[in-house]
Amino acid sequence: MIVEGRAVCVSGDNIDTDVLYPGPFLNITDPSLMAEHLFEGLDPGLRELLGGDSVLVVGENFGTGSSREHVPVAMQASGIRAVVGRSFARIFYRNCINLGLLAVSCPGAVAAAVPDSRVQVDPAAGEVAVDGVVYAAQMLPPFVLEMVEAGGLVEWSRRQPAGSR
Amino acid sequence: MGHTLTEKIILAHADADDVAPGDVVMVRCDVVMTNDISGPMAFRTMERMGVERVFDPAKVVVVADHFVPAKDVRSAQLMKLIAEWSQAQGVTFYEQGRGGIEHQVLAEDGWIVPGSVVAGGDSHTCTHGALGAFGTGLGSTDIAACLAHGRFWQAVPGTIQVELTGALQRFVSGKDVILAVIAQLGVGGGTNMALEFVGPGAEALTIDERLAVANMAVEAGSETGIFPADEMTAAYLDGRTERPWTAERSDPDALIDRRLEIDLDTLSPLVARPWSPGNIAPLDDVLGTKVDQVYIGNCSNGTITDLRQAAEVLRGRRVKPGTRAMVVPASQKIYAQALAEGLVETFVEAGAMVSTPTCGACFGGSNGILAEGETAVATTNRNFRGRMGGEGSGIYLANAWVAAAAAVAGEIVQPGAVLGGGSS
Repeated sequence: MIVEGRAVCVSGDNIDTDVLYPGPFLNITDPSLMAEHLFEGLDPGLRELLGGDSVLVVGENFGTGSSREHVPVAMQASGIRAVVGRSFARIFYRNCINLGLLAVSCPGAVAAAVPDSRVQVDPAAGEVAVDGVVYAAQMLPPFVLEMVEAGGLVEWSRRQPAGSR
Repeated sequence: MGHTLTEKIILAHADADDVAPGDVVMVRCDVVMTNDISGPMAFRTMERMGVERVFDPAKVVVVADHFVPAKDVRSAQLMKLIAEWSQAQGVTFYEQGRGGIEHQVLAEDGWIVPGSVVAGGDSHTCTHGALGAFGTGLGSTDIAACLAHGRFWQAVPGTIQVELTGALQRFVSGKDVILAVIAQLGVGGGTNMALEFVGPGAEALTIDERLAVANMAVEAGSETGIFPADEMTAAYLDGRTERPWTAERSDPDALIDRRLEIDLDTLSPLVARPWSPGNIAPLDDVLGTKVDQVYIGNCSNGTITDLRQAAEVLRGRRVKPGTRAMVVPASQKIYAQALAEGLVETFVEAGAMVSTPTCGACFGGSNGILAEGETAVATTNRNFRGRMGGEGSGIYLANAWVAAAAAVAGEIVQPGAVLGGGSS
């Protein structure tokens, strides 16, 4: 599996899930309505850059704070195909993987990417290419890779034999 | 090689012969907790997993606490949904007005015992480490899997051991201990780690102080913050729970990734300045900051201990005109206790608002939202940009003495400046 898209760059480190999706909108359960509030506390203008084939390029400890899954749900609903970062906060990372939204740590690719760079993520190889230049990414543990390739925890869970889940 | 406390708990809840940091294992849950925000999404996802009934209704707790009381129709619909779902599934449901903030309610009602695994659809589930449990925050899809199968996947964390020596000084609380830890680690420094609190200073902390410390482990990026169970833990659990438990500690030869030391004898009040829990400064550095709102409450510092500290400052004094103060007990039981002790009367006479238990304004939900550009001092755990309200509003995180003193002075002051004595 290779995921490909255009870079949308979010600058800064320790971007928290409150600014990515503010608390007042946590009572929304429809993903398409969630998408209307993505980046609301950070820079709503970022929404205009999402064209259905985006790869979000982010800094260090991205997604810190609240466990709100509304963030990656809204990202998927906005056409974000993968997130490439220097590093991720734990719960945000889990939420992405569980939803089948590829999240990969690759500082080299983050440094190289500019808006609209062509980004290709190959999780099995542990590589991210930015405009054709390949950078080594952190390898996903086999279990995590298996889940991403299955499409997320729902699909992975459905494939497990009863009793072993 | 020996094991850390966290490794021991995970090993006891996994189908593995041994575990080491980085291993990904499926961990069995003793308690699965969710609320009006993570719950509705999790319930829908459980259905998509093809599962109609929860794995064990006796191990599932649903708490209405975030948009309580419902602020609008959309929130009310969520309350209705989680009530109906809980009844249909036969799980324990704390409805509005019967429980309070989830982490406080679970601890005080005996759901949590040392050595247990608590999977919560809220990042502050790490609070339960105060009682020697592996409590960890998860998103809705993880919670769906826990509801369906009673398990979640987990990369075994390493351990950062925090040795506390000495004893808390006047006007210094558990809040300052964890802020001191975050100051050393940074907001990402605990990623893939459990924080473990040991030493004579840790043993001397009350459970309320431990809850405050463990609660903000996630603010350092950590999976949990854990205190080995001891006599203090046993005394707290006595009469609250029938669940069996044993006290465990990390082995002397366990792999500890990093050690920190904090001397409580020399620890003085700290604050986290806007807009990060990692933007920590001594209280002295922010004295004189004008304050529009003081908020004493939330899952980290809304305990009876915090309310007593606030009441000590507010007793016989008035909230400064132009400043407003809110007190939000973390649970109905704490509220009742505060009434019995006359604390609520103290707050009301001082001109403070006293609210029903709720997560409320802490996450910007309702019940005390800040206007644009306003400044708050709060005993809460997060001060991200816009967290509690309008554009440009700022939150200083602080302990309850500092918060209450700011209410009286209308600006950030040393509690001793209001009460006399104590901290310089």
